[in-house]
Amino acid sequence: MNNMENLIATAEICTWHEVEYTFISSLGDAGLLELRVVNETTYIPESELQKLEKMIRMHNELDINIPGIEAITHLLERVEQLQEELRVLRNRVR
Amino acid sequence: MAFIDYYQVLGVPKTATEKEVKDAYRKLARKHHPDLNPNDPEANKRFQQLNEANEVLSDPEKRKKYDKYGENWQHGEEYEKYQKEQQAHQQYEPFTGGHASSFEGFGSDDFSDFFQSMFGQSGRSAGGRQAKFRGQDFNAELHLDLKDVAESHKQTLTVNGKNIRLTIPAGVENGQTIKIAGHGGPGVNGGPGGDLYITFVIADDPGFKRNGSDLYATTKLDLYTAVLGGEVTINTLNGKVKIKVKPETQNGTKVKLKGKGMPVYKKENVFGDLYVTYDIQVPTNLTDKQKKLFEELAGKGER
Repeated sequence: MNNMENLIATAEICTWHEVEYTFISSLGDAGLLELRVVNETTYIPESELQKLEKMIRMHNELDINIPGIEAITHLLERVEQLQEELRVLRNRVR
Repeated sequence: MAFIDYYQVLGVPKTATEKEVKDAYRKLARKHHPDLNPNDPEANKRFQQLNEANEVLSDPEKRKKYDKYGENWQHGEEYEKYQKEQQAHQQYEPFTGGHASSFEGFGSDDFSDFFQSMFGQSGRSAGGRQAKFRGQDFNAELHLDLKDVAESHKQTLTVNGKNIRLTIPAGVENGQTIKIAGHGGPGVNGGPGGDLYITFVIADDPGFKRNGSDLYATTKLDLYTAVLGGEVTINTLNGKVKIKVKPETQNGTKVKLKGKGMPVYKKENVFGDLYVTYDIQVPTNLTDKQKKLFEELAGKGER
């Protein structure tokens, strides 16, 4: 049951978001996004869509290129880890 | 409704060119963009203000209108027209509480009342940060007491008019967030729905201090039981228990009640411990007889 996962065609995402296919494939190459190829069509799992849309926003709204997105993604992971650590420590001193 | 100085929001002079407005917006957007400021509602609000200022100042027509009325905007004829239109609109309904606990939503995407009075609800241009495919994520807070999270229980919440049945997992901690997939805003153009993120805010308990799954409490112990030994009744999360007190127990002694702490998150039938510290009470208002007996113990009494 659990291996049933919705896949979204990257072509569809490119249309709605007005991004080039190469942008999405480069994110895949950089290891920032999981891509699946079925019958020569590239898809992304639905669970990756949130991540992808965030990266598209960074690209479109803030003019950030792929190396920049890569660096930001790693830093954000670190920020979130630290926020979690802070939450636990704050609860301890309450 | 207060006047908003959009020039001040973007930090540009009134004489700023279109390019200067655009550059100022880009620069500030990079700093306050919600994607770059996770879990920071303040940044979200600030970004919203930036978008609003940019929406007005980067559009020549809107900027002209804004400049024309300025701080006296309320006397403009347009204002009155939009006031009438606005009355026909329904207010955005925030999250409403389920059961006794309060449930507060935040992160609304609306522009200010000021903007809507001047340009109307339809004044906002398409695009911007509106969801394009996947629906918007919703954030909400659920306020609970420590006892509410001592065991898993089901609760029905009303979020934007829809009932959601959710299980509050035992042992969840203050500030922890859980995701309810698909219960955010609807997707656009056939895209999947967003998620609902619920952050638990757990009030301090007067009886217990919590550290992860362990609980800490202080209990009063009378002097005689401390000296001679006996029993003391202790409040735990799920009722009172009696424990034995050893003779000659010192003040500040800590005892561990194994398994009487909080349930461990996502581990069934695993519990933390309860640590109880004794606070020994020295008797007051002694009778003459008691006083004499103490003097005898102290070796000062008459022999």
